Amino acid sequence: MMTRKTGAQILWDALEHQGVETVFGYPGGAILPVYDALLDSTIHHVLVRHEQGAAHMADGFGRASGRAGVAIATSGPGATNLVTGIATAMLDSSPCVFITGQVPSHVIGTDAFQETDITGVTLPITKHNFLVTKTEDIAQTIKKAFHIAEGGRPGPVLVDITKDAQQGECDYEWDDSPVELPSRTPRPTVSPEELDHAAEILNTAKRPLILAGRGVTLSGATGLLADFVEKTQIPVAMTLLGIGGFPASHPLNLGMMGMHGEAWVNQAIQNADVLLALGMRFDDRVVGDPKKFAPAARKIHLEIDPSEVNKIVQVEVALIGDLAGSLRALAPKVSCQDLAPWHGFIRDLKGDSAVRDIQQLPDSGHLYAAHVISDLWNLTEGNALVVTDVGQHQMWAAQYYKHDAPRKLITSGGLGTMGFALPAAIGAKVARPDEEVWVIVGDGGFQMTAAELSTCAQEGLKLNVAIINNGYLGMVRQWQEFFYDKRYAATPMRNPDFVKLAQAHGLLGLRVDKRAGIEEVVATARAAEGTTVIDFRVEKEDTVYPMVPPGNTIEAMIRRPESALEKKDDKALVKKD
Amino acid sequence: MEPSMRARTFVVLVEDRPGVLDRVASLFRRRAYNIESLAVGHTERPGVSHITIVMNADDRVARLVEANLYKLVDVLNVEDVSNVPSVTRDLALIKVRAGHERRAEVMQVGEVFRARVVDVSPDALIFEITGTEDKINRLVEVLRPFGILGLARTGRVAMAREQTPAEEFAHEGVV
Repeated sequence: MMTRKTGAQILWDALEHQGVETVFGYPGGAILPVYDALLDSTIHHVLVRHEQGAAHMADGFGRASGRAGVAIATSGPGATNLVTGIATAMLDSSPCVFITGQVPSHVIGTDAFQETDITGVTLPITKHNFLVTKTEDIAQTIKKAFHIAEGGRPGPVLVDITKDAQQGECDYEWDDSPVELPSRTPRPTVSPEELDHAAEILNTAKRPLILAGRGVTLSGATGLLADFVEKTQIPVAMTLLGIGGFPASHPLNLGMMGMHGEAWVNQAIQNADVLLALGMRFDDRVVGDPKKFAPAARKIHLEIDPSEVNKIVQVEVALIGDLAGSLRALAPKVSCQDLAPWHGFIRDLKGDSAVRDIQQLPDSGHLYAAHVISDLWNLTEGNALVVTDVGQHQMWAAQYYKHDAPRKLITSGGLGTMGFALPAAIGAKVARPDEEVWVIVGDGGFQMTAAELSTCAQEGLKLNVAIINNGYLGMVRQWQEFFYDKRYAATPMRNPDFVKLAQAHGLLGLRVDKRAGIEEVVATARAAEGTTVIDFRVEKEDTVYPMVPPGNTIEAMIRRPESALEKKDDKALVKKD
Repeated sequence: MEPSMRARTFVVLVEDRPGVLDRVASLFRRRAYNIESLAVGHTERPGVSHITIVMNADDRVARLVEANLYKLVDVLNVEDVSNVPSVTRDLALIKVRAGHERRAEVMQVGEVFRARVVDVSPDALIFEITGTEDKINRLVEVLRPFGILGLARTGRVAMAREQTPAEEFAHEGVV
């Protein structure tokens, strides 16, 4: 039934119709009409401490649920504070809808108070954006925004609404008809010839390898991939964002590839005669030098976004379309040869890797980040939803927290955004309240968005925050160690007392500096009612191994020296204060 | 340089909305594609604009440009007319020094190129010329010794020719 409503009321009604239950935001002048109408909506609003936090929360919500997360901010600085979060969501194909207030339409272009051309600013970092200046356009635009954000290859959409459009009134009734966008996005269908071509390549392969990316999870193809691997016995290498798309515990899951991938995974890629790339985009952190990437391999790419095909690495066949559909069509045509010799070859590649693995090293009284994460994996039985920040701890989390299910590792891959973890975890926890959520974060990244601890406290959210505290910007320090002659410019950090910081928020704070203490603090944190912060005082100058120096062939890996840990024992321990 | 590197002409139909040209231009800037020429105008359909973009690219980049253009929500259709029979035109206004003693000579040159004189003043005249880029370049070269006082070009606009079935057959495989 038609009723008279303001633009602000229409906005909330439209969001409710999209199934939104929670939004993350921060009020301000140009969005005040929307906030006034919030009080009459069923939607819960999480008040953040900085709009960047709201953006990462919407992103974390999107990644955890597969549905668009929503963040709201005012014009000008409110909108520009979203920018890092929007770019983060864009690079990792995360569905989000950002709503910003804009100055009244009659003053647009006059440099009015808190006016920023946010559609202009976010043009290259959104899947699409809208400027709405008319009340009657709000509902349809919100519908389109969700359609675009969640459809195809997901991504962030921004809707900028002028204050007069929020305040204006019009006759309104929710229109349930499907969204029609006149733009003619070609829906490529995979031809039988292309399928046969791909199958022929796979069926004659002696050393085939699957490269599984985030597209496997996004298209809901995890079950299909598991069946495909079971049938073909092709080993699987994972991208960072692909983790969880194929069970880590499966014997044919080799682990993560790329800059900090396991040596045998990168060597397997370089030795493969066929690569089947599934929903991944040959990022430079995966490929290294593209000219030297698996030169002998015939390459097949299953990808929904045609602009990702032949962007970095040339492929022989591309099956463009939804990954699940392509894989379903391809599977019946594939029957691989006996791959036992190839499996044996990969087994041999592992060589002494297990010996070099930091997990094998005895407890020397030091606390190593890899031990913390490996123990955390054991103690939570691999079931936690892990949200990481960016840096060394992120790579250790990828290496040592092994996920069997999709959407259980949330991490900023493409943009590598420090400060992502805590707010993204809040979004993930809101999306999936029954999950045990662990934030794994460095001392540097934590301090970028630590103010969101207040949001956790205000919302009564239960997160477990593991600060991997080495008193350094560890990954930058590692690059300085390897490539800048150990000149540690601007990487040592003097940190606040994180235990007291937690306490100041009315939250539980704990500290550990020995491996023997991990089990107890993890148990205490899990049992605690609210968010708990654990300050893990880890070895200061530890290094993520292996490492491919940037721009190199992925075989050129710096390995952990077998004797390195013993040598490190001689160094000063983590400073206790 | 890639062997397939050459000038490509894309005809892009977009929804006529504020900012749409910005989106297209931003894409070229962001992906570090170099635009040689860009022309925008209305089409026969209300609400639909026509953008002609000329750029140098090899086959791989040309395909990526097309794919990236299609990702823009306001883009309705993309046609790479480099590979199909098409008409491409550029329009130029050229102001040439032409005092009374050389005016006849200048006008004669213009006539050879079928350029129209659209303005005459005591010391100069303005030619209007429509044609391929090559034709306009040649006229500019011939006029240069007289003294070119101003040059404004529209950039190329392009349109694929309507094909009869026989022509389609003839060009099968070209795309």
